[in-house]
Amino acid sequence: MPEPTAPMDAKLPEGLVAVVKRDCATCTLVAPLLKDLVATHDAFTVYVQDDISFPDLGNAAPKDDTSLTFSWHNNIETVPTLIEVADGEEVRRTVGWLRSDWQNFTGRTDLGSDLPEMRPGCGSLSVDPNLVDELAVRFTGSKLKSRRIEFAAMEDDFEAAFDRGWTDGLPVIPPTEARVLRMLTGIGRDPGEIVATVPPNLVDVTVEQVAINAVMAGCKPEYLSVVLAAVEAACTDQFNMHGLIATTYFSGPVIVVNGPIAKRIGMNAGGNLMGQGNRANMTIGRAVNLIIRNIGGGIPGQVDMSMHGSPGKLSFCFAEREDDSPFTSLAQSRGVAPGQSAVTLFAGQGPTPIVDQLSRDPDSLARSIASVLRSTHHPKLVIGMDAMLVISPEHGKVFAEGGWDRTALEERLAELLEVPGSELIRGAAFVDEGLPPDFADSDLPKFRPGGLPIVFGGGDAGLFSSVISGWVGGPMGSDLATRTMDSTTGASS
Amino acid sequence: MTVVLNPTAGKIAQGLAAAQRPVSLDGKVVGLLDISKARGNIFLDQLEAELTNRGLTVRRFSKPTFAKPAPVDLRHEIAASCDAVIEALAD
Repeated sequence: MPEPTAPMDAKLPEGLVAVVKRDCATCTLVAPLLKDLVATHDAFTVYVQDDISFPDLGNAAPKDDTSLTFSWHNNIETVPTLIEVADGEEVRRTVGWLRSDWQNFTGRTDLGSDLPEMRPGCGSLSVDPNLVDELAVRFTGSKLKSRRIEFAAMEDDFEAAFDRGWTDGLPVIPPTEARVLRMLTGIGRDPGEIVATVPPNLVDVTVEQVAINAVMAGCKPEYLSVVLAAVEAACTDQFNMHGLIATTYFSGPVIVVNGPIAKRIGMNAGGNLMGQGNRANMTIGRAVNLIIRNIGGGIPGQVDMSMHGSPGKLSFCFAEREDDSPFTSLAQSRGVAPGQSAVTLFAGQGPTPIVDQLSRDPDSLARSIASVLRSTHHPKLVIGMDAMLVISPEHGKVFAEGGWDRTALEERLAELLEVPGSELIRGAAFVDEGLPPDFADSDLPKFRPGGLPIVFGGGDAGLFSSVISGWVGGPMGSDLATRTMDSTTGASS
Repeated sequence: MTVVLNPTAGKIAQGLAAAQRPVSLDGKVVGLLDISKARGNIFLDQLEAELTNRGLTVRRFSKPTFAKPAPVDLRHEIAASCDAVIEALAD
């Protein structure tokens, strides 16, 4: 986040500047030297953070920095800090007591000759964990443009958020300025930058508003770059969040995270990866859905006309298990470079099991999986809707030992999922649902090309895989959307 | 007392007044918009026959897909060329 312009009382004075606090043994150690230096040096200024009667400077007095304005704006992390200033600019600084540095800075070769050679400093009050949030609000809060809303004194914070219609049905963390500023430390982007235009109301959302909703969802600052990339991916014509939120169908955004960021932020790609228990998995997806609700206006019963909905519309987000996967990752299969972090969004609902505990031959297992996929959505409906296949480690081992890679599995499934039209037409199997009779003599693919993305993940044990059935696929509905991200700046592409 | 930042778009949608309904359809052009759901066309074929029998001019339109909003050009075309529109949501 860009630093705001520093106030006048944070301006560096010319010459030498020392910053100290009384509650620091090293500062107390150097206090007699400071008195000496102030008396003998042309331009020597001392700032004190905690007690303006310290240090004793004889006829002079230390500058009062109990507001920590000077320390905050000059990035003082340790006391004592000694800074050399020329023409208003910092030339160099030294922290703690290092005799050689202090002698060098002051030009006094005898300085502190009776003191130990070195003593580490203490933490500056401006970085005290108990104060730092309050200081961030005081010094950078003006950067935040969102309207401040004051809850009434007797109002419970959590009930107040429910009352204002800001939640998905679960409690949210109140998005105070301090929490939002802390969230924004997760990235290096201007809070005012527009991230995307959020459907269904087509409202521009800023980095700041994404951060506010990420706070409410329970995200940590290090998740924010993933949330931003996911919001960008969701709000594309390709992914079609507009149709997805408005449809009577079940689906919501399913977010798959690839690359080093997944481990760095502690995402779950193993046991229970689609279930509860992992903060990043649960809150990243939740933040995206809160943004669709709070910024875009996608509210159930209003624009969101889903007939049954799906628990995944709260949060459906997991990482791919890349370390021991027999397949190239989902992101790489979509053109992302190895080692690059990315999110891929898929329009889907909850997982359905594929049970096969006996196949040890890859072709047998592929047939097993295909037979379950055949009935996804409806055994007689083909091509229109997508599905995501999540292969478990134990099933993955069968493919790995048989020498099958991603392409081999994809190709075999496509062969196995060519369905005779005679089984699909209306009235076939005594079921009216199905295709017009003209298709009786054709073979049709269950899934459109690209309509069956494969992901690897899950716990070590369990001879099951999952199918996440999807929504209308491709240009007629939703296509998978991938965004890469720079995990430090949160910039995506 | 807690102060929080507004998590919403901060705008309240203004209700739009519905267009004036024609008192009579005599001599009017009626658009029939198929949203491309299965069998919507059956319903609209029936309506077209009924309206044509009454001597009205009928124009047919369809959305490319039911899963996305109607393209803005299509909405403009309907607004510019019809006095009234009937949209079929049927499955």
